[in-house]
Amino acid sequence: MEPRTLFQKVWDARVVVEEPDRPAVLYIDLHLIHEVTSPQAFTGLRERGLRVRRPEKTIATMDHSTPTLPKALWVIDDQAKAQLAQLESNCKEFGIELYALGDSRNGIVHVIGPERGFTQPGKTIVCGDSHTSTHGAFGALAFGIGTSEVEHVLATQCLLQRKAKTLEVRVEGQLMPAVTAKDIILALCAEIGTGGGTGYVIEFTGSAIRALDMEGRMTVCNMSIEAGARAGMIGPDETTFEYLKGRDHVPQGADWDAAVERWIQLRTDEGATFDKTVVIDANKLEPMITYGTNPGMGMQISEPMPTMDRFEDASQRAAFEKAMGYMDLQPGQRLLGKKIDVVFIGSCTNSRISDLRMAAGVFSGRKVADGVRTLVVPGSHDIKKQAEAEGLDRIFEEAGAEWREPGCSMCIAMNGDNLEPGQYAVSTSNRNFEGRQGKGGRTFLASPLTAAASAVRGEVTDPRTLLLS
Amino acid sequence: MAQFTTLTSHAVPLPEENVDTDQIIPARFLKVTDKHGLGDSLFCDWRYLKDGSNNPDFVLNQAASQGAQILLAGNNFGSGSSREHAPWALVGWGFRAIISTGFADIFKSNSLKNGLLPVEVSEAVYKRLMEAVQLDRSTEITIDLQSQSVTALDGLETTFPIDAFSKHCLLEGIDQLGYLLSFDDQITRHEQQRT
Repeated sequence: MEPRTLFQKVWDARVVVEEPDRPAVLYIDLHLIHEVTSPQAFTGLRERGLRVRRPEKTIATMDHSTPTLPKALWVIDDQAKAQLAQLESNCKEFGIELYALGDSRNGIVHVIGPERGFTQPGKTIVCGDSHTSTHGAFGALAFGIGTSEVEHVLATQCLLQRKAKTLEVRVEGQLMPAVTAKDIILALCAEIGTGGGTGYVIEFTGSAIRALDMEGRMTVCNMSIEAGARAGMIGPDETTFEYLKGRDHVPQGADWDAAVERWIQLRTDEGATFDKTVVIDANKLEPMITYGTNPGMGMQISEPMPTMDRFEDASQRAAFEKAMGYMDLQPGQRLLGKKIDVVFIGSCTNSRISDLRMAAGVFSGRKVADGVRTLVVPGSHDIKKQAEAEGLDRIFEEAGAEWREPGCSMCIAMNGDNLEPGQYAVSTSNRNFEGRQGKGGRTFLASPLTAAASAVRGEVTDPRTLLLS
Repeated sequence: MAQFTTLTSHAVPLPEENVDTDQIIPARFLKVTDKHGLGDSLFCDWRYLKDGSNNPDFVLNQAASQGAQILLAGNNFGSGSSREHAPWALVGWGFRAIISTGFADIFKSNSLKNGLLPVEVSEAVYKRLMEAVQLDRSTEITIDLQSQSVTALDGLETTFPIDAFSKHCLLEGIDQLGYLLSFDDQITRHEQQRT
């Protein structure tokens, strides 16, 4: 047999029908849904008189529009209330398990999938949310879909798919202190741009990827979509199995051993080829930060922002100029020392326990600077409990940060957590688009270390100046 | 799904790259449970001033844009989230086709399921069209799906790629779910064998 990539192996095992000149019918092992992108899909089912084919393969949560203020099960407005109520009644009517607001298993969809062990190597996983790429960290083929496709999966447990090309992103070397998984993926976005991965599924390989724990790998795969790729994958290994073992929905006992045997086989074969390869030298990476209005507009934090003459193409120059205008920043200047108003630590990119530990490490014995609002939002109730057991909540609160309930919070700004017009934020989330964190708000994307260090200083700060001095 | 055969219309020029789904429709409008009525929120933060009135500088508010069914936009259109609200809002405003040099994957897939045709052209063709449309906003562009061609001006003619299946569905106005449901037996066999 020809050597195959991880992507090819997962694809081959899940293709139901593949004919020339037509999209393949791809079987979906796990379907995650939330309140925002599912209502119209259920309406479609009802209009056609269809049932959900395999309700046990769909899991629902509430995360996008749910407020994160402590100990209050409230909703932001009547529209959000109606949407949440509709998810609840849809799940009831069609027999889908729902981790509703208030349920101890509730949390951000891409946090709870892995946490509860639904996410496993070799699975095909979809959700009406582009950050579904997160689950690829386990060697699953996982990607975001639109609401029409949510309906397709509910009705048939399948999707019509064209096979993507493969892009290997090889990250070799050893990360320096205070350089994290987030910096790897921000560096990739800066290198290939937000359209660079269009049409591809990424496989992340190399010693620096192998050295990451599962939470770091999830951060990397999560932002594959910010580099234009629908999916990012990492071959499963001991780190993967260690994370999964004993979780709620993974095989147990002898079944576990058999599963691990199968999962090991998924790794890309020696000699398999990718359509394209990008190499990143991990030894040379520094903490990264974005300066503009898409995640590709990023740089090493110690660098000055680009100047106009760096862009040869007129439309790129125009895009850069527009971004500088929106951000109210001067080309060629440094971001270090730029005063900020808000720090957001959370989102499906960086709200897991290791992210919170990193942030707490910076906040410990320090205070958030005067005038800076800092939100720390755990990705799930499990993470919240774990953080509180470790005393991290006290570190955050003593530093002057707000310790919140789980949810998407200020990453999506449709739940009461948002920037005010003109405010600057350092955020651990994934998108710095105009208005993404609130109309008129300005976002610098960075790692939890950089975000926490910036909160302490009240300005954009290289975490190494706090941690390594 | 609405059929798409051929379309002749003037176009709205939006010469910006990487127009993301948060610009097409900001997240705060995603609390709806219906797919209709999103046209008013299209490009909301660019289109309206603080007091809610129309921003006269934004292209969509200009008299010459009214009635246009084609959007002519910069590279990597529709990047960002998977929200199908983006094509719903574009269709809700009246667009039936978008011409660009490139589209984000999920946006493209969503558009094709809503009778909204993504037309990918070369950089040279895009520039020529953009120049002509900006010079004369009444410039008409014809998109013919059967021949996969774009014609405009005197002698500008180009073809665009589309996969055979999506083309067939658009030409006939066929919904993809119906097609997918026809594989019921194969899906059942797959489930028995593998899961």
